Amino acid sequence: MRQTMSPELRRRETISGYLFLLPSLVFFIGFVVIPMVMCVATSFTDANMNSNEVDHFVGLANYIELWQDPVFLKALVNTIIIVVVSVPVVTVFSLWVASAIHKMKEAPLSFFRVVFYLPVVTGSVAVTVVWKWMYNNYYGIFNYLLKGVGLIEKNINWLGDPRYALGCIIIILLTTSVGQPIVLYVSALSNVDQTLIEAAEVDGATNFQTFWRIKWPQIMPTTLYILVITTINSFQCFALIQLLTSGGPNYATETVMYYIYYTAFKLFRFGYGNAMGVILAIFIAVLSAVQFRLAREK
Amino acid sequence: MSKDNGRSKAYTICSWVILIILAFLFIFPLYWIITGALKTQAAINSPTPQWWPGEFTLRNFQTLFSKRSAPLFQFKIPFLPLMVTGPIVPAAIRWLVNTVFMAVVAMVLTCVTAAMAGYALAKKRFIGRTLLFSLIVAAMALPKQVILIPLIREMSALGLYDNIWAVIFPTVGWPFGVFLMKQFSESIPGEMLEAARIDGAGEMRTFTQIVVPMIKPGIGALAIFTFINSWNDYFMQLIMLTSSSNLTISLGIATMQAENSTDYGLIMAGATLAAVPIIVVFLIFQKYFTKGITMGAVKG
Repeated sequence: MRQTMSPELRRRETISGYLFLLPSLVFFIGFVVIPMVMCVATSFTDANMNSNEVDHFVGLANYIELWQDPVFLKALVNTIIIVVVSVPVVTVFSLWVASAIHKMKEAPLSFFRVVFYLPVVTGSVAVTVVWKWMYNNYYGIFNYLLKGVGLIEKNINWLGDPRYALGCIIIILLTTSVGQPIVLYVSALSNVDQTLIEAAEVDGATNFQTFWRIKWPQIMPTTLYILVITTINSFQCFALIQLLTSGGPNYATETVMYYIYYTAFKLFRFGYGNAMGVILAIFIAVLSAVQFRLAREK
Repeated sequence: MSKDNGRSKAYTICSWVILIILAFLFIFPLYWIITGALKTQAAINSPTPQWWPGEFTLRNFQTLFSKRSAPLFQFKIPFLPLMVTGPIVPAAIRWLVNTVFMAVVAMVLTCVTAAMAGYALAKKRFIGRTLLFSLIVAAMALPKQVILIPLIREMSALGLYDNIWAVIFPTVGWPFGVFLMKQFSESIPGEMLEAARIDGAGEMRTFTQIVVPMIKPGIGALAIFTFINSWNDYFMQLIMLTSSSNLTISLGIATMQAENSTDYGLIMAGATLAAVPIIVVFLIFQKYFTKGITMGAVKG
């Protein structure tokens, strides 16, 4: 039917198609595409935050400076640590929770889905301030509880100690990252072909075998999607840092996203900040591509 | 059922126990925010935590509402030097008004534009369709926060810096909604659209009478998704809004936290005000929400 479209119909479809797209395209081009282009373009200039001043083209100077900037390198290492820890933990954790709850009745299933999504909905600011209180040196419950069970002898300044600060941040990040993957895995697991599982059970397959041989390949696209979104989220870890540690102590929790913000808002180096943004985007794109490739091969 | 031997029963019990402990841990921060807001200064500053407030007080909320004040709303009439200003209220109330306004407008604009665009991408065979769709998918894979720094300069050039619209427009432009709506629109049978055309229905009529009713669940999902995400999009609010009466509730709490970092009772009262409304909205519409997340991932 579609192949026999007359030129007249095709023309009409094109016009009406673009008319329907127009409102959305205005916003998409105006507030997504243009900033993207600006991000790349200004990364080759010495632009500051004042849009009235003329930007000077500086070539690759910003990019060269990045690799000699110890704070950026530290931020990059921290960001990679966050990604390397949180992505596998989030994926395995949410897969386990989803397998444990997906066969439940509607009420408990909804309950658990909502509970694990709660930290996301609560909002990063509310979540962060309460964790800040819980981590507090004097009135925080962590010091109280850990002293109570005898794990530590005296209070630890969790967020002020370079040895613990990044770990503390990762813990909060984990609680705010599992909600969406759990919802996705629950839906993927309930869509797995039941006849295959029954057939395998008749053949005497163990639960482990059914999972590995039948369910795992079928939920692979979901796993892939979860890997990608969790990677992107972890790379963008910002609110926690800004509200809890401002990158400190001694750059122990500096992340790329926070450093971009710092460069643009505190140092007013717009072009330099955008160069970092470009590098961050490239990192995420490469990592997502690698994950895709690896998952495809399996 | 015959396979339900002792071992798998033990496993089921174990996993229930672990799940309940985890659920408790995930609820705890919220519990701590709300009870903290109702505790006395002495209870909060004691090294021994009070698991349940020994004495309830509304003092933290009183402090929160007496901190600063701002007009309830300000509305500038375009092209006229006229400004309509509401009565003076505590700043926290103004922040809530700002936040609700922002989230509702972003939600409505996103749903309308995305439903139209998603339908066109799914059902119209026009030139440049594939290219456009690839561009949208590629944009979605990019880190959203990276484009926000360049956006500041664009917004100042447009005269929108420190204005709530500077937060609304980029939210509407983010292509996830179009993607989601395309997924939903794929399921509309082409014959129905064909029939409408043969009956002489115009494009707009076909869209409002046939397409919209069919993708209603999708629009619901997108609406709640956009509402919650824009309510909580702290980074964008932080960089775009500066003056005290333009803040959103999250941003206001963050500012207060920076100023009174040790008054946890006050901060928890603010956090309660920021979190409880959005959690209530989420609980009411969580079915739609779940659906939106799942549909958005189908082709990830």
